[in-house]
Amino acid sequence: MNSISKYFSDLFKGISSLWAGMRVTGKYFVSPGQIVTQQYPENRATLKMEPRFKGEIIMPHDENNQHACTGCGICEINCPNGSIEIITDRVPNADGKLERVIDKHIFHLSMCTFCGLCVKTCPSDALAFGQEFEHAVFDRHKLTKVLNQPGSSLKKEAKK
Amino acid sequence: MSEEIIKDVIVRENEDYIINMGPQHPSTHGVLRFEVCLKGETVKYLIPHIGYIHRGIEKMCEADTYQQIIHLTDRMDYLSAHINNEAVCMVVEEAMQVEVPERVKYIRTILDELNRLASHQLWWCAFGMDLGALTAFFYGLRDREHILDIFEESFGSRLLHSFNTPGGLMHDVHPNFQKRTKEFITYFRKKLPEYDQLLTGNIIFQERVKGVGYMSREKAIAYGVTGPSARGSNLACDIRKIAPYGAYDKVQFNEILMTEGDTFARYQVRMGEMWESMKIIEQLIDNIPEGDFTAKMKPIIKLPAGEYFKRVETARGELAVYVVSDGNKTPYRMKFRSPNFSNLFVMNELAAGGKIADLVAISGSLDLVIPDIDR
Amino acid sequence: MSSKIYDFSSLTGSIDAALNSWMSPGLAVLTELVIIGLVFLIFYALLGLFLVYLERKVCAVIQNRVGPNRVGKWGLLQTIADLIKLLMKELIPIRKADHLLFVLAPFIVIIASFMAMGAVPFAKGLHVLDFNIGVFYVMAVSSLGVVGILIAGWSSNSKYPLIGAMRSGAQIVSYELSVGLSLMAIVVFSGTMSLSGIIESQADGWWIFKGHIPAFIAFIVFLIASTAEINRGPFDLAEAESELTAGFHTEYSGIKFAFFFLAEYINMFIVAALGATVFLGGWMPFHIGNWEGFNQVMDYIPSIVWFFTKTFFIIYVIMWFKWTFPRLRIDQLLTLEWKFLLPISMFNILLIAFLVLMHWHF
Ligand code: SF4
Ligand code: SF4
Repeated sequence: MNSISKYFSDLFKGISSLWAGMRVTGKYFVSPGQIVTQQYPENRATLKMEPRFKGEIIMPHDENNQHACTGCGICEINCPNGSIEIITDRVPNADGKLERVIDKHIFHLSMCTFCGLCVKTCPSDALAFGQEFEHAVFDRHKLTKVLNQPGSSLKKEAKK
Repeated sequence: MSEEIIKDVIVRENEDYIINMGPQHPSTHGVLRFEVCLKGETVKYLIPHIGYIHRGIEKMCEADTYQQIIHLTDRMDYLSAHINNEAVCMVVEEAMQVEVPERVKYIRTILDELNRLASHQLWWCAFGMDLGALTAFFYGLRDREHILDIFEESFGSRLLHSFNTPGGLMHDVHPNFQKRTKEFITYFRKKLPEYDQLLTGNIIFQERVKGVGYMSREKAIAYGVTGPSARGSNLACDIRKIAPYGAYDKVQFNEILMTEGDTFARYQVRMGEMWESMKIIEQLIDNIPEGDFTAKMKPIIKLPAGEYFKRVETARGELAVYVVSDGNKTPYRMKFRSPNFSNLFVMNELAAGGKIADLVAISGSLDLVIPDIDR
Repeated sequence: MSSKIYDFSSLTGSIDAALNSWMSPGLAVLTELVIIGLVFLIFYALLGLFLVYLERKVCAVIQNRVGPNRVGKWGLLQTIADLIKLLMKELIPIRKADHLLFVLAPFIVIIASFMAMGAVPFAKGLHVLDFNIGVFYVMAVSSLGVVGILIAGWSSNSKYPLIGAMRSGAQIVSYELSVGLSLMAIVVFSGTMSLSGIIESQADGWWIFKGHIPAFIAFIVFLIASTAEINRGPFDLAEAESELTAGFHTEYSGIKFAFFFLAEYINMFIVAALGATVFLGGWMPFHIGNWEGFNQVMDYIPSIVWFFTKTFFIIYVIMWFKWTFPRLRIDQLLTLEWKFLLPISMFNILLIAFLVLMHWHF
């Protein structure tokens, strides 16, 4: 007799546990307001990434097309996977002395692991993280970017 | 080690019915291959084959400075990225005899626990999916998203944050950090009971996991199993308790221990740890001291020649970092003792004799992260 | 009272008369067969596509997602796009597979479900195959599908499909018993095996209400057992994704895979339709005792609407099961059948026979 009552109590316990689960899913079924999916790309206009979001490395330029990079190469040394290449040039300055300036700050997005070391170690704060995240391209050469804009020059006050 | 505890000799026979689970199989959660010998539905033996995602992280570390190593450790156990980072940072800090500010310790501990929560949530949903409860997968991911949002706001990345740096943090946490974390805790305290209703109490689920994959305490010790998997076998091995680091010595929390040693015990340990993690975060979140987010460190870190060792508790067990330095700015040798590697090789002992479905449940309950095994 | 329901037999009758007036009786029968075949084919395909869409929407909402919403309004055309994609996919031939059986298997599965579909009474007068052994016929043909699954698993010359096929063999053969016994419960109540007869017997109330608790138990057993019989979660062991990748159809690609997929959904429709017909009164409207006004309003709803409402209700319940529960293990599956469902339904049938003998039912 005992085993029979156990059989039925097991059965009912089992069914009530199943019902508990079905209540949870049933509750969500009748409340479509709980849907969390974001409608990308429809929400592109309103989609704001966090200001700290690490999307890519950028070199901010001011309105005079000037940046803060001195071409010191510290970011290149600090990058753990060689995503940054610095090509410098020597041009005479006002006093006629040859001075090092950045020719090309090349950033390989395809190799970057977004560790943030370049941004952190740059002595003149020339680098920053951009919020752009739609990086899909058909040609991987497009992922190699030159960060300093053509014709840009060094911000004067950045020079020590 | 006695013969009975570890049986390492597996005799393959010609007429064995072998199926390969993996390297691309839905339930191996990565590129892991189990060579499974079946007898009907029953597993006769199982041999794990690893190395499909070996990247040579330990060797790569030998060419990197200590700051650069951090971002490699992210990529071992990517679900406890922050905790891995912290392990390396602590080794370096200990070697350099740097005292990190209290603020850093508090924030690191909170982030550890958030990371553990996120990892356990993902484990929960993957475990549900392994057992065929597909809806569980989405509920777990939905809640994990809240933690990842907090991470994204503070560090700019969701999974691999490289937020620690020897001596402290890369930068300070976002001003919203405390508020959002508290909001999340209140939210998740409401959602966690739902997990229990959906899965834990479910009779089908209990039948699937109770008594399956029994691991004795001795076996756990013999195989070096750590973390929640070992605590399910009543092995107290929580580094947070044994050798407290960060702010763990300032908080009250219980080490969840279960005596059954089966899949359900391992499941319950992790569910309990989620509650405990929330408790830890709640104790710390309001008391973060003001101060610097990093200690003064030289830009080029040269560890004095010698050997250094430090261990932390990741979401999967004990991660130990062992560094041999010859005084250069790169380590001479870097060795990681990763929890998943040891946890994996107990699989044969647990799964042999069970059904294929049990094998899936067991591998889910060990919560393996394959890149951590291969490194 | 039920005469108010629109009777499709007037429509079908007029088509029949028109055809007979144009051509010889033999040719007319042939034409009718072709017409019915075509109508069924189109209905089958559309229904399959719609059910796939419905499942994706239902599970999406349960899981706090939106579901398909890109192709067409609310993603309604998504499954059609998927079908086109499947049609264009390469049919990968398997080396050392048994080619004849490999190709044959999806057809067996789909033909079995097609045949069962013929016996479903959709509305008053819209019933293609109406035998005196309708229930028996549906049971018999729907279990043909397992042959196709077994053949698919065997002929693939692959290990996962073989395990999947063996599982489904064990599963379907044993759950067939419970399905049969739970249907038998209503056959005992109504005293007929013909589906139209069973529907007629529910004109004054559905069996789930008239049959006291035993009918309700039979309904529950039917729901569980038929979910298992059509290989759906939580009983989807034959294609347990996390264990056997895709089970018996692992090696199939393109349209052959689509056949299995389609047949699975149609089978779901068939068991739901059968359940609705046998337990919930088929196309009979909902009547309450002698509330004349209420009953008349109910009568104005066309019978086809009643049928589909009930069927889709059961389909929803089956989906709800799938998206809530974890999967059973093979031994638990058989335990559930042999230790719980079968004894319960056997006892239930005895109880019903007793009730009927004593004339305690309405
Ligand atoms: S970006 Fe900064 S670190 Fe890199 S070269 Fe320019 S100034 Fe130096
Ligand atoms: S974020 Fe790291 S990997 Fe990327 S360019 Fe900077 S230093 Fe290199």
